[in-house]
Amino acid sequence: MSIGHTLLGILETGPRHGYDLKRAFDERFGHDRPLHYGQVYSTMSRLLKNGLVEVEGVEPGEGPERKRYAITDAGVTDVAGWLGRPEKPEPYLQSTLYTKVVLALLTGRDAGELLDVQRSEHLRLMRELTQRKRSGDLADQLICDHALFHLEADLRWLELTAARLDQLAREVRG
Amino acid sequence: MTTADQLLNAAGLRKSYGPTPALDGADFTVGPGEVVAVMGPSGSGKSTLLHCLAGIIRPDSGAVHYRGRELSAMSDAERSALRRSEFGFIFQFGQLVPELTCTENVALPLRLTGMGRREAEKRAAGWLERLEVDDVRHHRPGQVSGGQGQRVAVARALVTGPRVIFADEPTGALDSLNGERVMQLLTDAARDTGAAVVLVTHEARVAAYSDREIVVRDGRVRDMAGAL
Amino acid sequence: MSTLDSRTPQAPPAPEPAPGPAPPTGPRGAARWAADLAMGARFALTGGRESWIRTVLTAVGVGLGVAVLMVAASVPNMLGAREARGEARENFGFGPVERSDHSALYTWSDTEFRGEGIRGRYIEPEGSSPPVPPGVEGLPGPGEMLVSPALGELLASPEGELLRERLSQRVVGTIGDEGLLGPKELTFLAGSDTLSDFPDSAMRIDRFDEVGEPEPLDAVLLLLVVVVCVVLLFPVWVFIATSVRFGGERRDRRLAALRLVGADSRMVRRIAAGESLVGALLGLAVGAALLLPVRALIGRAEFLDISVFPADVRPSAPLVALIAVAVPVSAVVVTLFALRGVAIEPLGVVRDAGVRRRRLWWRLVPPGIGLVLLLPLVGGIDAERGTIDTYRIAAGIVLLLVGVTTVLPWLVEWVVNRMRGGPLAFQLAVRRLQLDSGPGARAVSGITVAVAGAIAVQMLFGGVEGDYTRSTGHDTSRADLQVMRDLRDGRQAWELTERLEDIRGVDRVLGAAVLHAPEAGTDPNGDRSWTRITVAGCATLEQLARLRSCEEGDVFVAPPTEDGAEEPGARPGARLDLNIPVYSHEKEAYERTGEPRPWSVPADAPVVVARPDAMGRYTAGVLATPGALDLTRVTQAHADVSVKLDPAVPDAVEHIRNAVETGSPETRVMTLSATDQSNKFAAVQRALYAGAAGVMLLIGASMVVSTLEQLRERRKLLSVLVAFGTRRSTLGWSVLWQTALPVALGLVLSVAGGIGLGAVLLKLVSTPVAVHWTSLGAMTGIGAGVVLLVTALSLPPLWRMMRPDGLRTE
Repeated sequence: MSIGHTLLGILETGPRHGYDLKRAFDERFGHDRPLHYGQVYSTMSRLLKNGLVEVEGVEPGEGPERKRYAITDAGVTDVAGWLGRPEKPEPYLQSTLYTKVVLALLTGRDAGELLDVQRSEHLRLMRELTQRKRSGDLADQLICDHALFHLEADLRWLELTAARLDQLAREVRG
Repeated sequence: MTTADQLLNAAGLRKSYGPTPALDGADFTVGPGEVVAVMGPSGSGKSTLLHCLAGIIRPDSGAVHYRGRELSAMSDAERSALRRSEFGFIFQFGQLVPELTCTENVALPLRLTGMGRREAEKRAAGWLERLEVDDVRHHRPGQVSGGQGQRVAVARALVTGPRVIFADEPTGALDSLNGERVMQLLTDAARDTGAAVVLVTHEARVAAYSDREIVVRDGRVRDMAGAL
Repeated sequence: MSTLDSRTPQAPPAPEPAPGPAPPTGPRGAARWAADLAMGARFALTGGRESWIRTVLTAVGVGLGVAVLMVAASVPNMLGAREARGEARENFGFGPVERSDHSALYTWSDTEFRGEGIRGRYIEPEGSSPPVPPGVEGLPGPGEMLVSPALGELLASPEGELLRERLSQRVVGTIGDEGLLGPKELTFLAGSDTLSDFPDSAMRIDRFDEVGEPEPLDAVLLLLVVVVCVVLLFPVWVFIATSVRFGGERRDRRLAALRLVGADSRMVRRIAAGESLVGALLGLAVGAALLLPVRALIGRAEFLDISVFPADVRPSAPLVALIAVAVPVSAVVVTLFALRGVAIEPLGVVRDAGVRRRRLWWRLVPPGIGLVLLLPLVGGIDAERGTIDTYRIAAGIVLLLVGVTTVLPWLVEWVVNRMRGGPLAFQLAVRRLQLDSGPGARAVSGITVAVAGAIAVQMLFGGVEGDYTRSTGHDTSRADLQVMRDLRDGRQAWELTERLEDIRGVDRVLGAAVLHAPEAGTDPNGDRSWTRITVAGCATLEQLARLRSCEEGDVFVAPPTEDGAEEPGARPGARLDLNIPVYSHEKEAYERTGEPRPWSVPADAPVVVARPDAMGRYTAGVLATPGALDLTRVTQAHADVSVKLDPAVPDAVEHIRNAVETGSPETRVMTLSATDQSNKFAAVQRALYAGAAGVMLLIGASMVVSTLEQLRERRKLLSVLVAFGTRRSTLGWSVLWQTALPVALGLVLSVAGGIGLGAVLLKLVSTPVAVHWTSLGAMTGIGAGVVLLVTALSLPPLWRMMRPDGLRTE
């Protein structure tokens, strides 16, 4: 999971102080593992260096938490590219996929689109596994089945999540 | 894909039931021998698309071409004849005639084309054997398991040697093992006979038996092959 | 989902939970029953559109049946009221009546007009307060008459023109309803001042309502009535029973939902019974409401010369009570019986039909008992003996007909299970029936009963009718009419013959004068005294006996046939007195008045053998030519003229009646030939066809309902078949076959059953068994028509259901 893309995505919804950024991240994505301040500062400085964010203003006082960050056009393009790119299908992708769905909805993008692309990617792997299963021996079949079921489970979870969050987002917006 | 490759082509299909559009400008193409999965959420218009493609219902607008002939320009009788001879159908459940034996069910499409009973049932028996359900030949659908029944349905869809098989959630009522087996038998048989399969499903594991998938969302088709 | 599909039981029905001890709380026994029935009633009325439609269908079906039963229940009152009015307006002239201020002379002068009987009465008051029949305010004077409304209408119409010549009296009023048997009766009451001239035909009366002991109904007729009632009413019951089952399959699925929320299997049965009960009760109301329009309709109909006043259609109270109890009880029983083979489980309805084979033996029990009841009566019913064991015969017939309905499902199953092959549509229908032939056979059983009954009744009518025709022995090749007239004087003997010869349309007239004379010098009140003398020309005499030769002046003697009356004077040389003694009512004996006028049979008169005349009568006694016996010496005789008509002249009979029946009771015209009887038989036949067709239409309607119900259940399957490219015609034919097969088998069974029942009935009245083939053909035709009708009515909904909508699962 890419913390940089996630923070960028959060910034796309509006400029924030470093402290706000951490809180927003923890609230939505860091249930089990809150972000260190250090991680926020180092990521921000990397993004600043790559021109994906800019410092919009500084509050009086000391420390990076006083800085107010904003996303640049390059940063928005970078987020879009990341969201549109399917993850390599593998089991237990949920935290990344979840982050992507939430960010897509947060930034007003179509989660269904993301889902279709990801499903297609999953299916490509699943086709390969199915093919291998059909030509392989029993051990192959069992291993492939395991992978297939997990991939399918992830897809179904993703579909359900997208549907639920979409509904939630509509309720929040509406 | 060139037009020569197109077996079945739909362009700009629109179809409404009452005020709600089930299809809203759908485009779709199937090549010979191709297995295409039609995916999408419930109510997205998957089945309506399938019914339009098979000439069961007429779209409100748009055209479906099968091997260069436009389906909506054909009469009901012509389309019925086309479905009898060129298409095969598999549904989720409730498709076997309960009072006929399995053999008779499989022989049904042949008899609809006018074949004699003896010959039709001989061919039907061959397909039942191939789909590994010849032991229930003389049973009625009510006396066989869901998996067996669905294999009988597959045999029935294949018995006329169709060019296209339309399968609407063919494994929807089956457990994983039976579902897998039915899909294997279906796709193997389709490949052997060169039949294309239009497979409506919402299960990825079932869709994984296809060559490519399309997604129907809000009455529109997204061809994922083109997206990549 | 597939467990909900009643056609495809996935698993054998789960055993019913053993009837454990009743729950400690809650009502028990009758209270439980009442509570469950009430709940069913609530479902029937408030269970949504579907149960509401079902209730209405049942109510209409039951209502139609109840209306028919109500009319049948009115028959006793109809006949009773008819008979009472018939008695109140009549006097058969028993016993002597003194001439007084309140006496009148009264005579009958019935006639016929184009085959329709007209009741005619002449009355001549002898004082100031003569008796007046009901429906009449004042007696008509000479040359006047009162007519029934129907006769008035006929006389006023162009068709009645010919009749006006005969009934030429001035119409001065109409006879009221209380003086009529029915609204269509043709009758008149005419005034006269010449009745005293005919002391033999006119009787003196001083009151009406004097008919003596009513004759008991002919036993054969009574049998006919019993059979007709049973045959026509039994299918009505079958129809009611079928109506109660309308929509049963959907209801069963609703009941399954009740099982899911905790009702036990006996509860849901009672709830189902409650639903049917409401339908049946509403049906009773519908039937009662239908009675009013039906009454009006009956008032306009006429059948077998019988018409009925709507006011007479009053169902008898005990029968109404019986209907009111029997119909709801039947509804409950039929429902419980129908659910016998159905397991309503929480997850769906499982029918074990098709799994359990139908057994034959118990189905043969009812017809067996029926035969046991009827066979001992064979030959025991005699038209002369007025009593029959009504209940036993009715029970026997009902059981035989019940047998037809119980054997039919077995027969359908047996035959259908042996059917193989055939075209696809046929195969689909056969397979469908193989899986469950119950509904088809049930619906058809009503038709079967109606047809079997109708065939049996026709055989009985046909046999009995043939019997009657043979016994009349009329020979219509010799004469069409027999005209008789009393002669006050022998001189008038040939007047009638001459008059008839001049009428247009008369082909040949053979007249005779007939008198009965005592032997001279014997006591006219003795046993062996009177001899019949027939005076006629040789042409007529040759019709009456085998004569070797005949010349004017000849006399012949014809000894009586074995069973004929004794003719003591029928011997050469016998001396007879032509001054005929007159019967005195006061002395109750014959009296000689005036001088004897002896006449002798010549000693050389040849003895000849009598032969039957056109009416089948043997004329024994003395046969004399007018030259041998001077008729002017005879004091009392009657003319007996047989008339052969020219068939090319229309209404020749009416012209003759007009010529001879002019306003006096002295002449009687008898129509020979069996045409009258055949007409009646044809009317019975038409009525039976109409009744059978009506019953079959009723049943056809219920078949349409059940076919549609079945199709609706198969909506999804129909759509799948459409997807496969199945032609509409294939499915249409399949529906046709599916209806036609049970009906065809039903008709075969009903023909067999009908002929069997008919044969037994004919044996009961000792009549040779003959099958009425045209009626068999007609019944079969009606059955085929019903099949076509049911199919035709089922097709539009079938087409509608063949739309692909059924494929949509989302």
